[in-house]
Amino acid sequence: MTAAYDPPATRGIEAPRAPRRKLGGRRSNMEMYSWLFMRLSGIVLVVLVLGHLLIMNVLDGGVHRINWGFVAGRWASPFWQVWDLLMLWLAELHGANGLRTVINDYARKDGTRFWLLMLLAASVLLTVGLGTLVIFTFDPTIS
Amino acid sequence: MTLTADTGIGALGDPSGPGPAQLPPIPDGAVMVTVTIQRFNPELDEAPHRESYRIPALPTDRILNLLHYIKWYIDGTLTFRRSCAHGICGSDAMRINGRNRLACKVLVKDVITDKKTEVTVEPIKGLPLEKDLLVDMEPFFEAYRKVQPFLITHSNEPSREWIQSPEDRARFDDTTKCILCAACTTSCPVYWSEDAYVGPAAIVNAHRFIFDSRDQGGQERLEILSDAEGVWRCRTTFNCTDACPRGIEVTKAIQEVKRALMFRRI
Repeated sequence: MTAAYDPPATRGIEAPRAPRRKLGGRRSNMEMYSWLFMRLSGIVLVVLVLGHLLIMNVLDGGVHRINWGFVAGRWASPFWQVWDLLMLWLAELHGANGLRTVINDYARKDGTRFWLLMLLAASVLLTVGLGTLVIFTFDPTIS
Repeated sequence: MTLTADTGIGALGDPSGPGPAQLPPIPDGAVMVTVTIQRFNPELDEAPHRESYRIPALPTDRILNLLHYIKWYIDGTLTFRRSCAHGICGSDAMRINGRNRLACKVLVKDVITDKKTEVTVEPIKGLPLEKDLLVDMEPFFEAYRKVQPFLITHSNEPSREWIQSPEDRARFDDTTKCILCAACTTSCPVYWSEDAYVGPAAIVNAHRFIFDSRDQGGQERLEILSDAEGVWRCRTTFNCTDACPRGIEVTKAIQEVKRALMFRRI
């Protein structure tokens, strides 16, 4: 390298003929997958959530027929178990990923950002864990 | 007609300020306009404040003419950038009535009405304020340099003219128009938040080379833009497209880069 004057306009730019250098190892496509997940889960959630609302609130007497027996009857079928499980996981992760973005945008200090993200992760684990447990271990005969 | 000091022209808040020796004649058809400017002198002020000036202007004047009038005849300490004054150097991007515009391209008649003859001029947001309307552009150019905005080839030099078809040229035609004024980047709410998002202007200039059929550094640029601070931070708020004084469809260019990244195909 020569010690020639390095004008501000070119500072930080590699010489055009410099040997190709491996880019930083930190690069990943994590943000791309997160972006894709938001779009795809959003489409699936439109069907799942609107279907859920329709069944629970509108069809066949709507919200007035919901009781212990109704829930027990639904969760006896693997179809509704999978539906509710998918809805729980996708909605929770979709919402949490959105909140992660909001936290990244608005947190001003790295410490604040870290703790808010930890709080978010804890809430996701709790909600998803508890919900999944209930869907799979629901016992209609409990009194 | 010549003006004298008692016609009410000058800084509204400070009539005893250093007056000009000679004001220029007011042309026929001029209207009085109140220009409110965000002022900040780092050696005197704790925080930026606003000052208003009531000056004559023709409806066909540009906002830059108003700033010149204030600087030349009322307060010579008013600080702003401008070079060509004809919308091509990209020096005088500022917030005019809350929108990022070039002061040399906005006409007085487009910002005033019969009832309201006021204009607000502030510096662009998201870059460190240095004085009055002057901001430190270095973070902006740092992001620009990050995307390697120059032609990269790894193969042998062509021995003849490098011909590009009109169709290949058209793919990146829109993004060649960028003048690096920073109006788009500093209108982006993601860029305002304190982190390292490269910003729309850097993506536009990466787009210009990524989609150039002669360039061979596209994959490298895509990798750089797939970073956590790259294109995926874009929320498609379209502020950049609205702000661009060159009419570049900035958000569309960003989406094209996203698509190229998703399918790994340029």
